[in-house]
This record gives sequence, structure tokens and C-alpha cells, in this order.
Amino acid sequence: MTIRAKHLVPGLLVLAAVGVAVVSSRPGYTQSTPSSGSQPQVKQYQVPKGASAEDEGQRIFAQNCSRCHNAPEGFPPRISGTIARHMRVRANLSDHDEQVLLRFLNP
Amino acid sequence: MELRNFTRRARVLRLSSLVAGLLALGVGHLAGAQDTPLLSGGVGFFSNTPGGNTSAYSILEPLAAVPVGPHLLIESRAALLETWSPNGQGGYDHSHFVGLTYLQGDYVASSHLTAVVGSYLLPFGTYNERLSPIWIGNFQDGPLVASLGLLSTGTGLGAQLRGNAISRAKYSIDYTTWYSARSANSQFSAERSFGGRSSLYLPGQRLEVGLSYDRSLQNTQENFYGMHVWWEPKETNFRLRSEFARGHHAQGYWVEADYRTAAFGGLDSFIGRFEPLFRMQQTFRRDTIISDGLPLLNTQRADFGLDYNLPHNVRILTSYTRQFSSTSNENIWETGIVYRFLFPAWRGK
Repeated sequence: MTIRAKHLVPGLLVLAAVGVAVVSSRPGYTQSTPSSGSQPQVKQYQVPKGASAEDEGQRIFAQNCSRCHNAPEGFPPRISGTIARHMRVRANLSDHDEQVLLRFLNP
Repeated sequence: MELRNFTRRARVLRLSSLVAGLLALGVGHLAGAQDTPLLSGGVGFFSNTPGGNTSAYSILEPLAAVPVGPHLLIESRAALLETWSPNGQGGYDHSHFVGLTYLQGDYVASSHLTAVVGSYLLPFGTYNERLSPIWIGNFQDGPLVASLGLLSTGTGLGAQLRGNAISRAKYSIDYTTWYSARSANSQFSAERSFGGRSSLYLPGQRLEVGLSYDRSLQNTQENFYGMHVWWEPKETNFRLRSEFARGHHAQGYWVEADYRTAAFGGLDSFIGRFEPLFRMQQTFRRDTIISDGLPLLNTQRADFGLDYNLPHNVRILTSYTRQFSSTSNENIWETGIVYRFLFPAWRGK
């Protein structure tokens, strides 16, 4: 039995999508209840017990950013969100890690 | 000559217009006060002397990242290269090159899934995506084996699905899978291909192990396999990075170690800014068919480097390499200086 390449590609993509879909929910997040119907739901990160938000941010930064490159010497806070999103894509960060990194870059 | 100059000017104009268009797009869709589009990148001047012949080149690698709304990021990197190399008659030839390295749109679909479309760096191994920018790489030149699995161009034109599959305190797993169409466009050349990469990271051990695979789907169809291991022992400034890659006709590996000491006043002290490096590489031909960028003969190479991390995002890179192969051995000396810049694309409030 052989698998043709044209079937293999969509198959891999479907497998990846299914894999993502079955990943269980992560610890550390709560979904806040909106106070009114017009307010969007906001994800709030809960820092694990025994760790400060800065420790967590430092850890995320060390594991995903400074493993590859030196930290740039300062930058304006208004680009910190763009940097965090770029790193999210490049380093395959989770949503949680992106938020913690953003808080670390721009406390 | 006139036609060539005109073509070159037109290409530069096209690239400039593209970047300006991206930035303008970001202006109209600012998602928040922290999401200002940015310009980053590196500018460097390098010289290398293989076998006594010195070449020099200057390079500007600008990178633009433009967030559009809460989910979309458009990013692009280009390279503007000027090269001076010996012409064999006592003089130097000058050439230049301008091109887009990649231009992609990233859509953050969910916590674990990001869809990427456009021209993207092929995520095979770690070198191409993580270490190839001039402001990141410790050595001036990439590993010999880096071309294996990168399918001639190092970029794909199509779509990627990527993200963090599982993220726990003790481990995390990420994935990337992609498909590329064939393109002969000079700015977006790519081979019809597909592939994927997955990595396991153990924060406690600070150890990453990953596997890569891709397959060329045009002309002679070939499979490429890769494996990488990165390790940074806890509470040290030592880093060990390694990759192995295997294709139909060749295989090889590289192992790189670097270290900075904080024992003499911290990393920002005079001593702490030095960064000694060592890289070992070997390539092996499996047959005489050449379909990759590896040397035609089995080659061993030892790179000894010493970088210095100056303040204000400036690095000096120096290295000495001894290369061994069955026909000749060679010394390679390299020096360079790189400045990394990062600033908002325009003035903010």
C-alpha cells in the first residue's frame, strides 16, 4: 500500500489541525464573565503559586528569546506588543506565554 | 548596463513600495498602544579570507513587522548586499544584490494555532529560522550542512500551520507543518514541497530535542531528515547547539558551543562581553550525485571564534577555521562587525 504525495499533504495538515483541536485546556487561565453583553471576554492570566509574574516573564524570555539572541538594549514600550507577537509566531509561543512575555517586556 | 541599472532601480523601488505599503496598512489598523509597527534588523561589514584570498561584503538586513488588528501580523525581511571579491588579476570585482528574504502574513487563529501564508523561511532544523539573521548568528557563515533540507532557496511559497501544541511547567511541544508551491519568481522563488518540524522542550533540564522532515515534490523527488539538540545547562551562560541532517546524496552535522562568563563583574563587564565559540562540522557524501550545497568531498571543519558584545547592540565577530578534505586543507579567517537596530516605524504619542 502506498500513500501518494497529493494525499499525504492534506493528510498532514488535517492531522496537525486535529492535534491542535484535541489539546486540553491549559492551567493558569480563567475566562472572566463579561459584566455586560457589550463587553468582550478577557482572558486573565493567573500566576502559578510561588512564582511572581516577573519570574514567569523572565523564564519565558530566557527560554524563548535569549536562547537564540542577545536581548536588545531597550526599546520604546509602544512596540512591545509587536515584539511579543513576532516572538509568538517565531518561537511558537502559546497565548499564555505571549501575554506573560508582553507583561515582562512592558510591565 | 543602462537597462541593468534601470531594472535594479525598479526592483529597489518595488521593495520600498512594498514596505511602505505594509507600514501604511499598519497605521490604519493599530490594535493598541503597544502594537506600533516596528523596523528592526542588522547592518554589518564582514571580511573573509579562505586560502589567502580576502573578500569583503557589507549587508543591510531590515525587518518590518506590522500588526493589523488583534490577530494578524505581517512581517518581512530583506537583504541588501554589496560584495567585493578578488578577480584573480590583482584587483577586485564588485557586485550587489537586493532581495526579499521572506514576506509572510501570520494569523493567530487560536491559542495553539497560527496560520502563515506567503513567502516564509523553511522551518527545517533550527539554523534557517532562528540563527540566519546577521544580528543573531555567532559565526559569520552558516554551517556547511545548513543547505540540506532547505531545497535550494531556503524559502517556501504557500502556507504553514504552526504553534504550541502542549505547554506545561515541565515540558512543551511545538509543531510546524507546511506546503509550498513551485515559483520561479525572482523575489519569491520556491520548490514544490512539503514538510514539518516538531520540538520537545524540557525547561527543568533546559534541553530541546526536535525532528524535521521535508520532501521535494518536483523533478527528482527527495526526502530530507533532520534532528536538532539544544542544551543550556541551568545557571550558566554556556550554550550547546547541534544539528544533524540527511538527504539522498549527503549528510552531515554541526555542534556549536559558546560561553560568556559573569565571574568578573557580570555579563556587561569588559571580560563578560567576550564570547568564545567553537563549532565542529562534518559532511559526508553518500554518492556522487550533486543535488545539494554540500562540498563534493567529505569535509571536516573546526571553527574557533571569539565574539565581543559591545554596548548599544554592536557585536564584533572573529573566527579562524581549519578545513580538512581529501584533496586539500584550508585556513579561513573571518572578521566582522554588526549593529542591530530596533525602533518604532514612526513617532508615537
